[in-house]
Amino acid sequence: MLSISNLHAAVEGKEILKGLTLDVPAGEVHAIMGPNGAGKSTLSYVLTGRQGYEITGGGTTLDGEDLLALEPNERAARGVFLSFQYPLEIPGVPALTFIRTALNAQKKARGEPEITAPAFLKLAREKAALLKIDFDMLKRALNVGFSGGEKKRMEIFQMAMLSPRFLILDETDSGLDIDALRIVSEGVNALRSPDRAMLVITHYQRLLDYIKPDRVHVLAGGRIVASGGPELALELERDGYDRYARAA
Amino acid sequence: MSLATALRTRDVTELPGKRDEAWRWTDLRGLIRVLPAPSERFEGDVGQGPFDRLADDHHVLVNGGEARIDVAAGKKALAVLRLVSRGAGAHASRVTVNLAAGARLRLLESYESDGASLAQTTLVIMLAEGAVLERIVLAQDHEDAVSVSQADVLLAPTADFGQTVVASGSRRQRIETVVAHPGGRASVRLDGVYLLDGKRHSDHTTVVTHTGVDGVTNQLVKGVVRDQARGVFQGRIVVNEGADRTDARMGHHAQLLSDRAEVDAKPELEIYADDVSCAHGNTVGAMDEDALFYARQRGIPEAEARAMLTEAFIGQVIDRIWFEAARRVLRTWAGKRLRG
Repeated sequence: MLSISNLHAAVEGKEILKGLTLDVPAGEVHAIMGPNGAGKSTLSYVLTGRQGYEITGGGTTLDGEDLLALEPNERAARGVFLSFQYPLEIPGVPALTFIRTALNAQKKARGEPEITAPAFLKLAREKAALLKIDFDMLKRALNVGFSGGEKKRMEIFQMAMLSPRFLILDETDSGLDIDALRIVSEGVNALRSPDRAMLVITHYQRLLDYIKPDRVHVLAGGRIVASGGPELALELERDGYDRYARAA
Repeated sequence: MSLATALRTRDVTELPGKRDEAWRWTDLRGLIRVLPAPSERFEGDVGQGPFDRLADDHHVLVNGGEARIDVAAGKKALAVLRLVSRGAGAHASRVTVNLAAGARLRLLESYESDGASLAQTTLVIMLAEGAVLERIVLAQDHEDAVSVSQADVLLAPTADFGQTVVASGSRRQRIETVVAHPGGRASVRLDGVYLLDGKRHSDHTTVVTHTGVDGVTNQLVKGVVRDQARGVFQGRIVVNEGADRTDARMGHHAQLLSDRAEVDAKPELEIYADDVSCAHGNTVGAMDEDALFYARQRGIPEAEARAMLTEAFIGQVIDRIWFEAARRVLRTWAGKRLRG
């Protein structure tokens, strides 16, 4: 599904990713862990096409297609979804309007018919109930005045509505209390399927108790320096990143 | 110095220009070397105006003329006022609006031109005690037109005046509102939106003078300027000595969407009374690129994402309009304009 090969990327002339190689096959959940400043957020922004990140070497394909050549919205239409570490506030645009615009734009890009208003509302009610989101909140301007936890829940709600194929969760657990973490994780786990893949970026092991990864990678100094099974996350929790930070 | 005088005397030196402080950003003297010939009478069909379907009472002035709208005490009315320019001549119009005590009026006003005309409109608007006027203005001039609208608003205590001007600019466009505010629980809303592209220019100038106690003024103007267009905002609120307990709020916020776009803003609060509550905020910035990326990451193409964010930005002004049907007309108009 997603294949990153020897990826180099720079921000303002400073190289952050220094030869990152990673394969995430369909049906699998991979966790990326690493110390602060290792390049975790840079990776998520490079994969989604944010401005200001220069690709200086290597490449990335999604199902064989050159992902980095596509516009951010084209990547979204191919199924790439990033749950932001700090979701943006969109004043004046109700959450439902925003999500319906996004869903129909994606459908249009894929040559599918638009979703009708009644079908959209039915879907929204269903997904909101699963994530314990008050439906009235969806009529308010997206994320404006929402708490950190509500914003994260809204990210997962959007994910559920847009039904992406490749999911990137960037520090999704930050700012969540234990109940919210459980709800959010259940929402993410509900999306696990043989034709989807996920990249879970996290500093702490805690999230991985709820979203169980197939593989765990350590990102340090802009490269993957170690890979293993779920036990690697526990080891990191116990021993810290020091060993890998030095190796990088 | 005024355009009205210049048109009457046919003397270009009467045109206001850079040397007049109130006109330094909308310099007509420097722009117009020779006055265009007086406009001819226009007998043809001027088509539909933007608000035609919302009201039955239509006042249409084509290439100048006079109109009068009176609302008797305690009566309610809804009127369309169209100031239409056809051709490339010069002309002046004069409109009187008079609301007797307790009268209510929704006035739906539009400026429509189709070429390089030079148009001046004078409005005198009077509200007696307890009268309520909502004035909605849509200025959709031709890019080559020069259009100046000047309204003098006289309020009695307890009158309620709400105004929203939505403008797309022209070669030079100025919409000026001067309000004599007596206080006495009279209330004023003076909102505006400008959406400018190409080389269009739009000037929103307002002056409110509070002369009595307990007056309220609330102003929110937002602009979005792209290409080489230029927006001008001059908002002045004067609180005279003794006009205590005045509550005045002014906000002007503009987005510049290109390097060559320009916004000139001069918010002024002049306060000579002691016990007042006044605030103003003025910001000029770019579109929030992070919000734009967020929308694109969700699958919304760039042009649509920009239009959506801009619509939301100015939507906060449109939402303050009391008359829902007018709100809908203006939302649709803005949506079309933003999507080319």
